[in-house]
Amino acid sequence: MDFLRPASWEDALAAKAEHPAAVPIAGGTDVMVEINFGHRRPEHLLDLGRIEELATWETDRDTVRLGAGVPYTKIMESLRAELPGLALASHTVASPQIRNRGGVGGNLGTASPAGDAHPALLAAGAEVEAESVRGSRLIPIDAFYTGVKRNALAPDELIRAVRIRKARGPQQFSKVGTRNAMVIAVCAFAIALYPAERRVRTGIGSAAPTPVRAEEAEAFLAAALDEERLWDSGARIAPSLAEKFAGLCAAACDPIDDVRGTADYRRHAVGVMARRTLTWTWEAYRAAPAADRREGGAV
Amino acid sequence: MRVHFTVNGRQHEADDVWEGESLLYVLRERMGLPGSKNACEQGECGSCTVRLDGVPVCACLVAAGQAEGREVVTVEGLAAHAGQRAQRSGGAPARSEGGQAALAPIQQAFIDAGAVQCGFCTPGLLVAADELLDRQPNPSDADIREALSGNLCRCTGYEKIMDAVRLAASRQGEAARR
Repeated sequence: MDFLRPASWEDALAAKAEHPAAVPIAGGTDVMVEINFGHRRPEHLLDLGRIEELATWETDRDTVRLGAGVPYTKIMESLRAELPGLALASHTVASPQIRNRGGVGGNLGTASPAGDAHPALLAAGAEVEAESVRGSRLIPIDAFYTGVKRNALAPDELIRAVRIRKARGPQQFSKVGTRNAMVIAVCAFAIALYPAERRVRTGIGSAAPTPVRAEEAEAFLAAALDEERLWDSGARIAPSLAEKFAGLCAAACDPIDDVRGTADYRRHAVGVMARRTLTWTWEAYRAAPAADRREGGAV
Repeated sequence: MRVHFTVNGRQHEADDVWEGESLLYVLRERMGLPGSKNACEQGECGSCTVRLDGVPVCACLVAAGQAEGREVVTVEGLAAHAGQRAQRSGGAPARSEGGQAALAPIQQAFIDAGAVQCGFCTPGLLVAADELLDRQPNPSDADIREALSGNLCRCTGYEKIMDAVRLAASRQGEAARR
């Protein structure tokens, strides 16, 4: 095994081009488990820990460009206002020790259906900034997950950052597990309201071969909210509407039975989380002053 | 490969380190610092918790090469680390009794509160709890639970551990007021 230690992003891209099978390691919270257990013996480990820009973020008016190696702890502490859904999801990752090391780039690279960041990234409509010596491209999150632990990265690409629009409405994240800390999601759900666009986006984790959106549920909800003029009135959502939304979210799942839970349980739990998180976000939307609601500025 | 880093204020180096080796293995097997414990090797138990550039991490999930040039504090260096903190805040440094190495306030509190049972989880808990007291001198119970949520005690002595952290926090507060 070789340990490659590029000092700059350009050097890292060159190393990945030269050794496309090299395994990138940043926080190490996935990669080192596989090495410790002998499940993986890459010829090259590509340490990204020395590349400072990966651990930083930049914001402009609408977007956060989140470096692939920004640890979850920093997202929780510093980006809660801009990225509330992702900050909530970050807080459910493992433990403080893991959150101090792990970040969104690793979650995306591993692309486990159970990764905690995925539902929030789907709901937020993120874009993955992938780069190689050939150039840089933005991969929409909807096209990023291609199979169980597979993603749309080319062998010579590395994840530089994730571009996430700042929240323009309430967002929520919910996760089912046996305790609060150190839990791999049995299933998870994220929702984001976009009042200015009169749209809703969702993300479901650990209930299908890849993280998925509940697109039918989103379309149903957007149409129902429009039809009943609820965005304008800020009135309560009827229980029957929330139930229908929950049912469509459950139907978007394609889960399996495994040690963490059964397929039936996962479908049921996703429905419950969909109903609850819709209620929480809608109540936050209603609670905002009407002028803010029209601007879509309620968070 | 060869790696160099600072452990508890002293420069260390190790030769013939396998590239996939963890920081934990290097500390325990190559540097003679077996205080950090090796149990789950997957970041679940926290018994290998050390501070890497000040931040608590699971040493089993840090590749040794990633620690190159960095600063590591292990349980072996906790008393000195806490002593420096106390001096900075104007309190008295940890006492040394009868030639025995001084203990950090959190270590003394674990003993006094009966928070040590089999002792295997203790080093990781001490490092995690001491970092909490560094960052948050007056933690609430919720703060303590969250800070220690990555450390498992299979003797399930969590209440005594909570007592110990509260005790250390109150003693640290008293020392700073003196």
